[in-house]
Amino acid sequence: MSVLVDDDTRVVVQGITGGEGRFHTEQMIEYGTNVVAGAVPGKGGEEVAGVPVYDTVEGAVEAEDADASVVFVPPAFAGDACFEALGVDDLDLIVAITEGIPTQDMARVNRRLQETDTYLVGPNCPGLITPGEAKLGILPGNIFSAGNVGLVSRSGTLTYQVVDNLTQRGLGQSTAIGIGGDPIIGTSFVEALALFEQDPATDAVVMCGEIGGEDEEEAAEYIDEYMTTPVAGFIAGRTAPPGKRMGHAGAIVSGSGTGTAESKISALEGAGVPVGDTPDEVAANVEDLL
Amino acid sequence: MRLHEYQAKEVFSEAGIPTPAAELAESVDGAVEAAESIGYPVAVKAQVHVGGRGKAGGIILADDADEAREAAEDILGMDLKGFTVERVLVEEAVDFVNELYVGVTMDRGEGKPVAMVSTRGGVNIEEVAEEDPDAIAREHVDPAFGMHPYQARKAVYDAGVDRDLARDVASILTTLYDLWDAKDGADAEINPLMVTADDEVIAADAVFNVDEDALFRQPDLAEMEEEGEFSETELERKADEYGFDYVRLSGNVGIIGNGAGLVMTTLDLVDHYGGSPANFLDVGGGAKADRIANALDMVFSDENVDAVVFNIFGGITRGDEVARGINQALGQFDEIPKPVVVRLAGTNATEGMEILNEDLVTVEQTLEDAVQRAVGYAGDAADIEEVDQ
Repeated sequence: MSVLVDDDTRVVVQGITGGEGRFHTEQMIEYGTNVVAGAVPGKGGEEVAGVPVYDTVEGAVEAEDADASVVFVPPAFAGDACFEALGVDDLDLIVAITEGIPTQDMARVNRRLQETDTYLVGPNCPGLITPGEAKLGILPGNIFSAGNVGLVSRSGTLTYQVVDNLTQRGLGQSTAIGIGGDPIIGTSFVEALALFEQDPATDAVVMCGEIGGEDEEEAAEYIDEYMTTPVAGFIAGRTAPPGKRMGHAGAIVSGSGTGTAESKISALEGAGVPVGDTPDEVAANVEDLL
Repeated sequence: MRLHEYQAKEVFSEAGIPTPAAELAESVDGAVEAAESIGYPVAVKAQVHVGGRGKAGGIILADDADEAREAAEDILGMDLKGFTVERVLVEEAVDFVNELYVGVTMDRGEGKPVAMVSTRGGVNIEEVAEEDPDAIAREHVDPAFGMHPYQARKAVYDAGVDRDLARDVASILTTLYDLWDAKDGADAEINPLMVTADDEVIAADAVFNVDEDALFRQPDLAEMEEEGEFSETELERKADEYGFDYVRLSGNVGIIGNGAGLVMTTLDLVDHYGGSPANFLDVGGGAKADRIANALDMVFSDENVDAVVFNIFGGITRGDEVARGINQALGQFDEIPKPVVVRLAGTNATEGMEILNEDLVTVEQTLEDAVQRAVGYAGDAADIEEVDQ
């Protein structure tokens, strides 16, 4: 068991003919992901890494019975790509890897998302992986190992770091989800935590947050009220000065003092979540929780 | 990207929002000339991207030509929080009886735009929001439909704006929202929106920040951006040139890494182990050798830096490329200017370790060890500097 993706997930790659799309399609296939189709307007009939390409997402899904999509479309067109995927009922999951999508485009995509039962992970994210089964996105498969720890994070490379610390302690992962570093994202911490809570194969969850926004505070409330699966936390950006954007568009402590690391850490600790000072401490906390 | 006040006022005025008569001037004579043609009193306002200009002496009122000259002499060339003032906006000073606030921004928690109105204009609105949140009326907008006229009216009534002004203020709010929507605004604000004795409303200040990611489809606004104007320091200008996400801090441990979350974590660990971070530098995903060398050049150019920690967890970034970049950057020195601690993990890390010239750098296996080592080096260097002095 796992959440959102497994052996049976059938993937269509939007933007499969671009450099990134092509490279990561090959990587996904090598990892064992069932990539069944590509979708690129005007490229229908071509093949990439042995995968048939269709002009539309709908055409790809109908022909190849896909149920998930990964978006590698450039930022100017990625909002439209998300709308296209959201318009196909059979897709349960959309993973938007693209970085730099205009915020107003994402606000409209998110508005459309509310009308559907689809999960949208990202944008500006590394994707998600169920070790040993499938990965959708750009995560390096070789650092993950199968196990019973769920992981949800706003940052890609920080996810890799924490996974490395877990692996050092012999703790494998059920599914790892990178939800993305933008101000407006699809799947939130709360939604990801709810999925892990329902997953019998997940016995503990690591949540890696960072400065900016209030998603971590909302997650803390959710954990406090609804979760029985234990959660270990980490918050990046304790030393970030207010008003400066720390790389991610969403990682900024506003002038009025919202989005600080202190606020997030105290909310999580208030919900009984141990917050590690270092990634290795997070892994040690997980060990204690299991 | 932020527009200057004069640029934002141009945009607002074109859309039909009333603004005071104004002219831009780059010289003292030009400023006096502008004041003469506008008529007194005028406000002489520094055009730099700094909050709280008024308090810092960047806005001066003038009642005649002598005062206008004096004001322009004081402001032009002055240093406002690190920015040199090169232009002033000379503007008709509005005789007001009241100051309002209107604004539009993205509420990230809701994932929706929000339009705001308050009768507490003319002061820092973030402070108002904190002290008295009810003093700001907020109306969330469904991005699929845009702002309905009734929503603008509702926000204005909710804020308690004078009934005689409601129609005009609602109209200005609607225009501001439409501009924000059409021009990919991040924040659009009029603070203060001045009310005159005969119930005219005029935008006395103007803020318009554009979503950087949308500049590709806003060519008119992109043209208004002036090179390097947002960089406070020489180092930040250099970071712009190299295309790095870079923030300078006050410590002495230089930090280079890949991915915002991991770089932030590295900063936090430096602090955790008793050091003090000198910067945030994210080389981004998939950096090649040249980019790595540029990153080292950046951090070496910061005179505060006493030691560097280089932490790469490769996903799409490859350890061998990173190692080549480090060798390339350090190979050109007879003596390494500052000790560099390297930790490589992830994609091609093993290959990278083999390539790295260990005469040039200290290699550590874990993030924690690498940070502690760099903090130690930086502490030693700081001690030596102290003795030298």
